[in-house]
Amino acid sequence: MSDAVFTVAFYVFSAVTVLAALGVVLKKNLVHSALLLILAFVGVAGIYVLLQADFIAAVQILVYAGAVAILVAFGVMLTKRGDIRESNLANRQKWPALFVVAGVFAVIYALLGQTNWGPLAAAGPEDSVGILATLMLTDFVVPFETAAILLTVAMLGAIVIAKEVKNSK
Amino acid sequence: MIGLGHFLVLGALLFCIGLYGALTKRNAVAVLMSIELMLNAVNINLVAFSRYLTPDYIAGQVFAVFTIIVAAAEVAVGLAIVIAIYRDRLSVELDDFDWLKW
Repeated sequence: MSDAVFTVAFYVFSAVTVLAALGVVLKKNLVHSALLLILAFVGVAGIYVLLQADFIAAVQILVYAGAVAILVAFGVMLTKRGDIRESNLANRQKWPALFVVAGVFAVIYALLGQTNWGPLAAAGPEDSVGILATLMLTDFVVPFETAAILLTVAMLGAIVIAKEVKNSK
Repeated sequence: MIGLGHFLVLGALLFCIGLYGALTKRNAVAVLMSIELMLNAVNINLVAFSRYLTPDYIAGQVFAVFTIIVAAAEVAVGLAIVIAIYRDRLSVELDDFDWLKW
């Protein structure tokens, strides 16, 4: 990919991601926020493609833009009362929160500017999926299996918590 | 020329937007959505570091996969808790969740 194409693609995906994320936070209608969240996830997937992380990009689309977004949409629909157009308002901490967030960003930005990262690689891995598969079943096999258990436990836990408990005594 | 710094600034921006949402939203589902944005920002950082600093040993991408797994588990359990509380209180406003106050 040529430099110009890469630059344009980076700014397009970044703009999509950041604007959609701002919409998620600032929209007053919770359904609009949930839909913009999907757009933000797709933008992040594009960023992963630019970083030569094909597998992560595919997982991002499948898990985030697919499963998590649908779960959030269900959450919105199962819990809504009152006027949907005023369903996603801010609380009283708006200005203090803005102050804190601006501070956090300023600190991160300042530290980024003065950090020496050392030599940067010119190109990423050729076959990231193959390396990823090898890593997951060699160096990271214990976390990998733990993650499988975690997902099972979380799924069962979510069902138990969300299921209505009958007073059958 | 886009480099590591550009991706890190994007991650910082996304993290700060998510942090703002998590601090200011009244609706519990909206707070969960903001937390997902923050987790995505962290993933961008992990993948960018692995691409630019250790391109041959992509542990950053493995970490990103684990973050996605934990995020999926977190959002499933979180929404289940929100739905359980909603059934009890008929509200998802975080200001109403004050049972532990005396």
